[in-house]
Amino acid sequence: MTPIELPPFLFFYAAGLLALLLSGGPRAVLMLLIPVVSAANLWLTPEGSYGQLAFLDFQLTIHQVDRLSVLFGYLFHIAALIAIIYSLHVKDRLQQGAALFYAGSALGAVFAGDLLTLFVFWEMLALTSVFLVWARRSERSYRAGMRYLVIQVSSGLLLLGGIILYSRETNSLSFVEIGLNGAYGWLIFLAFGIKCAFPFFHNWLTDAYPESTPTGTVFLSAFTTKVAVYALARGYPGTELLVYIGAAMTCFPIFYAVIENDLRRVLAYSLINQLGFMVVGVGIGTALSINGAVAHAFTDVIFKGLLFMSMGAVLHMTGRINGSELGGLYKTMPKTTVLCIIGAASISAFPLFSGFVSKSMVMTAALENDFPWIWLMLLFASAGVFHHAGIKIPYFAFFAHDSGIRVSDPPVNMLLAMTIAAALCMTIGIFPEVLYQLLPYDTGYNPYDATHILAQTQLLFFSALAFAWLNLRNLYPPELPSVNLDAEWCYRRLAPSVLERITHGVVTANNAVRRMARQLFNRVLAYISRHHGPEGILARTWPTGSVVTWVVVLLAVYLSLSLY
Amino acid sequence: MSTEKTYFFDKPRNVRLILRVLYAGCALLFALDFVIHRHIYHSWENLWGFYALYGFVGCVLLVVVAKWMRTFLMRDEDYYLRREQAADGDKQGGEGRDHDAH
Repeated sequence: MTPIELPPFLFFYAAGLLALLLSGGPRAVLMLLIPVVSAANLWLTPEGSYGQLAFLDFQLTIHQVDRLSVLFGYLFHIAALIAIIYSLHVKDRLQQGAALFYAGSALGAVFAGDLLTLFVFWEMLALTSVFLVWARRSERSYRAGMRYLVIQVSSGLLLLGGIILYSRETNSLSFVEIGLNGAYGWLIFLAFGIKCAFPFFHNWLTDAYPESTPTGTVFLSAFTTKVAVYALARGYPGTELLVYIGAAMTCFPIFYAVIENDLRRVLAYSLINQLGFMVVGVGIGTALSINGAVAHAFTDVIFKGLLFMSMGAVLHMTGRINGSELGGLYKTMPKTTVLCIIGAASISAFPLFSGFVSKSMVMTAALENDFPWIWLMLLFASAGVFHHAGIKIPYFAFFAHDSGIRVSDPPVNMLLAMTIAAALCMTIGIFPEVLYQLLPYDTGYNPYDATHILAQTQLLFFSALAFAWLNLRNLYPPELPSVNLDAEWCYRRLAPSVLERITHGVVTANNAVRRMARQLFNRVLAYISRHHGPEGILARTWPTGSVVTWVVVLLAVYLSLSLY
Repeated sequence: MSTEKTYFFDKPRNVRLILRVLYAGCALLFALDFVIHRHIYHSWENLWGFYALYGFVGCVLLVVVAKWMRTFLMRDEDYYLRREQAADGDKQGGEGRDHDAH
């Protein structure tokens, strides 16, 4: 292994260790340099397998570079650099160190050439990212972090179980297409699905991400779920089940997003919605749809990061994030407002913004491969995402009713990070070839034809019209401080109360058994004391005379017996 | 407050302007459907203004259904937290209950 072929995670792990020791300027310089140096190293690494070791009977490949992993590799470097710039003002040593370890783990996972290496980084993602949730240092974040950790580690254990079965079945650990074959296929699928926020396994995301710090959420939104999309794209391309799961993921979160008050939780639901498009793309499994899934992961990390950064800026400056407490911030945060709107336009897939050039590939693939109903669902979800992420987020934070809050734009490093992300959103939107040339397949796809532009613009304008109409008619649901029940109710409410009932039942039964045993014991005791007690028949002292009489009787019986 | 600067959307005139631009945009896009020939992948797309109608109806339905979902999904803000703290209070005895009192 020559020095230029080092796996990127090593750079980030080394920097993470140093970041725990350094502070101030030196730490800032280190954190800024690491993604640049590591990306340069990746640029110089030709495709191939590096860092191969023998483990028992298996061949491990710690660093495997191919088109798919390189694309995610560059993406994670860009995401890390943007998030690091955004968090430069943070003085929390642990949080900064954890962020570097977390980014490194994501890079380790996408360059893992075998499943065991993937497993190690899969668990490292969980262990390092939970510190970003806990970094908020509130009771809520502590509890959310614990739940997050349990679910994430469980996903890892399922993966490990699947890997063990896989290795026995195939005598190999290499991470190639797995498919839903046998128990191992399903176990690994479920493990990937949990991290990818499949329906019913999605609440760790909406629970933990909004409880993190303003900067922590930006890191969180970039890595874990995209590693899962990458893993699905590598292990399960063309698995039809994914089309239906993905379509469900695009649709159900938007309803929650419309009635959610915490604006970062709205974005968390919208993150699941965007993941849905990627999952559909992987499920269809054609060159165009896989390209679409991967491209959408790329653009989503940047525009979702931008939206999380703009809401993080609002939280950082005002200390509030609930839509019911915000509004009118455009007056004193004009730059953040504009940057947020660029993110909103990108996620809504307006022509000339990045979402347009990536999402359209998945939509086109759905139609071309005869999934018309899925296509209708995706179209509904596209209108819905514009509604809740494109309009609701900027509207309730920066416009709507004036909350009277007058805070300035955030520190310059935050603005710079948001500006870079916004510039990337527009660059990819205007020059899609920049992104397309990195994609796994060459499909010659062109997003900018008249049909497509017209259809998408109509969809978006009339969605905006619906919003305006509902708002003017006062039909739009107001932002209310509340919690909306979701699948998490099962483990946060149902399971504890069932457990409580069971515990209660066991305690009651235990008490009843003890009471009965005590009563029984008392009765036995009373019986014994009746017969053996001082007054008992067996304990009575008999007079000598009567004993002699009985002896005589006994002897008489013997005598009479001996006569015969 | 009277000395505070008047901002763009403080003037109803500007809000009306934005709305008019939106209405005009919608009308124009709807009209373009009759001018530009779209490639059709599916028969549904043959419908004039299919995307416009779908976007509008979809969003109205989305909001109506979401509003209705509130009737059975909405709970107090501390719905989970209250119970979790109470459960911890039982386990930790006095310490936890002190915490609840905040």
